Amino acid sequence: MNVATVFFYLFSAIMIASAFMVIAARNPVHSVLFLILAFVNASGLFLLMGAEFLAMILVVVYVGAVAVLFLFVVMMLDVDFAELKQGFLQYLPIGSVIGIVVAIELLLVMLGFTQSDAAIGAGAAPIQANMSNTEALGLVLYTKYVYLFQASGLVLLTAMIGAIVLTLRHKPDVKRQVIAEQNARTRAGAIEIKKAPSRAGV
Amino acid sequence: MQIGLTHYLSVAAILFTLGVLGIILNRKNIIIILMSVELILLSVNINLVTFSTFLGDLTGQVFSLFILTVAATEAAIGLAILVTYYRNRGSIAVEDINMMKG
Repeated sequence: MNVATVFFYLFSAIMIASAFMVIAARNPVHSVLFLILAFVNASGLFLLMGAEFLAMILVVVYVGAVAVLFLFVVMMLDVDFAELKQGFLQYLPIGSVIGIVVAIELLLVMLGFTQSDAAIGAGAAPIQANMSNTEALGLVLYTKYVYLFQASGLVLLTAMIGAIVLTLRHKPDVKRQVIAEQNARTRAGAIEIKKAPSRAGV
Repeated sequence: MQIGLTHYLSVAAILFTLGVLGIILNRKNIIIILMSVELILLSVNINLVTFSTFLGDLTGQVFSLFILTVAATEAAIGLAILVTYYRNRGSIAVEDINMMKG
């Protein structure tokens, strides 16, 4: 049993246990924290497989952005989560039946396929041994899949605009800066010169 | 014993099953449902990276990158909708979401 095997079992065991805790935890904050643990261990698995760039991206994007977004929303919404937890046991029988069926189907597919030796390295972008994972991924991503890359950028832009439009709201009683109005002010509209008679007070 | 394709695929299959189970069991809590969807997408990513590694082909990792993008956008939009919904209705229980019902 070499080191890679030990780490494979370690990462997978922690990932599966924390994935279970994500769906079983009572407090959604704990669920989010277990989700972070699952993602960190998945990135460990990616490292074992040699996909270093994706492993780092998984930590940056998921742990750094998505999980924190979840955490933020869970803490922002003032919801009685214990009430939402009810009915967990009620759905347990049908849930386990469906889960077992899905697992059996996946295992049957997994154990049933055979892999031809000719398929190794015969794909569209074979992995070269002489360059790092990040370099190889960049060489493929910016040339062969550049349109997909641009499309995913557009998807992100759409998501950004959508999220801002959905959550931005203007309160009626809050004064806001209107730059166009400020720029359109002239001397005539802004100040008024009053002639005060001298020695008469105001 | 060498860790092979089947080991990684089994882990991804278990993760996928847990994600499906999470959607079924936590039918009232939409935040947990969104997290279960993230788990399912993670298991798909593990599958793609596994095949990419064991077939010696980078395309799987490129696809995995795109799935990561889509998962991030899905989380952002979903949570934005959730926040808007909570502002309007004061609740995020799934069974309350029936305003569109005729």
